[in-house]
Amino acid sequence: MPDGGDAPLVVADLKKRYGRQEVVRGVSFRIARGECFALLGPNGAGKTTTLRCCLGLAGAASGHISLCGFEVPAAARAARMRVGVVPQMDNLDPDFTVAENLLVFGRYFGLSAAEVRARTPALLEFAGLEGKAAAPIQSLSGGMKRRLTLARALVNDPEFLVLDEPTTGLDPQARHLIWDRLKRLVQQGRTLLLTTHFMDEAERLADRLAVMDHGRIIGEGSPRAMIAQHVEAQVVEVYGEWNGSGVSAWAEQRAGAFAARAEVSGETAFCYVNDARPLLAHLAGEPGLRYLHRPANLEDVFLKLTGRELRD
Amino acid sequence: MMRHFSAPRPTARTLAVWQRNFLVWRKLAIPSVLGNLADPMIYMLGFGYGVGALLPKNVDLFGGVSYIAFLAGGSLCAAAMNSATFEALYSGFSRMHVQKTWDAIMNAPVSLDDVMLGEMLWAASKATLSGVAILVVVWLLGLSSSWLSLGLIPLVLLVGLAFAGLGLIMTALAPSYDFFMYYFTLFITPMTLLSGVFFPLEQLPAAMQAVAQLLPLTHAVALARPLLLGALPQDALLHLAALAGFALAGFWIALGLARRRLLT
Repeated sequence: MPDGGDAPLVVADLKKRYGRQEVVRGVSFRIARGECFALLGPNGAGKTTTLRCCLGLAGAASGHISLCGFEVPAAARAARMRVGVVPQMDNLDPDFTVAENLLVFGRYFGLSAAEVRARTPALLEFAGLEGKAAAPIQSLSGGMKRRLTLARALVNDPEFLVLDEPTTGLDPQARHLIWDRLKRLVQQGRTLLLTTHFMDEAERLADRLAVMDHGRIIGEGSPRAMIAQHVEAQVVEVYGEWNGSGVSAWAEQRAGAFAARAEVSGETAFCYVNDARPLLAHLAGEPGLRYLHRPANLEDVFLKLTGRELRD
Repeated sequence: MMRHFSAPRPTARTLAVWQRNFLVWRKLAIPSVLGNLADPMIYMLGFGYGVGALLPKNVDLFGGVSYIAFLAGGSLCAAAMNSATFEALYSGFSRMHVQKTWDAIMNAPVSLDDVMLGEMLWAASKATLSGVAILVVVWLLGLSSSWLSLGLIPLVLLVGLAFAGLGLIMTALAPSYDFFMYYFTLFITPMTLLSGVFFPLEQLPAAMQAVAQLLPLTHAVALARPLLLGALPQDALLHLAALAGFALAGFWIALGLARRRLLT
């Protein structure tokens, strides 16, 4: 397979500009069948624009996209026959009940009312919405709406799912339920592309991920490989008082002796180390300082790649 | 820029968009029909009987018919116009901008071309419904007894298409609901007064008559009134072509503007 023939999504050198501003600047990635791929990045990194381009909804862009074997945007409609989309903002139809939402959405795929009705019980069961078929949308909680949006995205039995920040705004219980369902979808052999800025979400769900910033992919790999490649194995977060001043004075004067890298953010110094023992021994002799010692995670990778400045 | 205004390419999926709106309407059908009927009926009956009673009885002002019979054809067209306009503006904007219904639909294999055409056909359907409801009342009141009045059914559909097309242009441009006030106060309301709904066009000064010829409602009234009173309209093809032109041009421009707004 020299061109990766079976890959449900291939994006090559995608570029997209709004007026003078280039928001996607040469993005390339490939998602293998049955894989869960996450696009991470701060707000404004170009994630949603990339998704819109992949679905053929973003107007003129340059580069090459193949989705489920169809060229996008030329054959975007044929591609979308095989794709389910969970958008960032819930856009369920407020004029309809739960079951009617599925029925009407199925029609957009050319499915008859009878076909959708036959699928409805299984979809509602999957979404944990049994017994809610006749409920109006307004009566659903945020988590239920999200799950119904997921069920709606499955009405055409898609091989590929695009999920734009699927758990943003949900409480922990609702997030765990969504994660469980997304894992089931992967087990069923479907391919998932999701964007998120929750690192734990990406670490739990994604087989591979790409970090985007300023319209470019600046790192790509499995969560574990990304951590091994980009940051030291362990992190010691140091905070407290040192010689009558804040932790930044300590970081400036002493941290360099023990840590490969030390970054101060607010009241905390993040020390990246491969062997934490010398640092921990030093900290034991500094009663004003307290610390948290933990393994490095994806958030450390993300912050290293995209920096700590606030993005708005 | 020009790419947005390339030829519309709708498909059969248009029907699914129409059906979605129909299904919503069906839930509230009876209050909706009554609401559509009340406003034009009040105008027609109020003006028809109220003003009609003040007019001199011994002078033939309206070609041998009562004022209310004269008024019926124009009122019917104005009702169809308002019905299509409200649907394309307020309801269309809700679905496009507020509820993001169009975004949801376009995640399925349905294009914006299908969505817009579905919306236009739906707005025209509601216009037809309003027009036909008034037509039934006109028949029941004995204001029209000609078979030619059946011609008003396809006519109000065409009127609906013309005003749906024009209305969708406004929807595609609107930043918020407030924007639609301009369309009503600067276009719809003056047009209603200048298109021969309430009085014969010949009453207007020549310059205003010329302006009136540019307005879609004028062409609608010029067809509707004679049909209702049992006569074949003069220059029927011209008036039909004008209405069809407004419908097609309106749709094309609205689609181009919507593509520019949404497919970015």
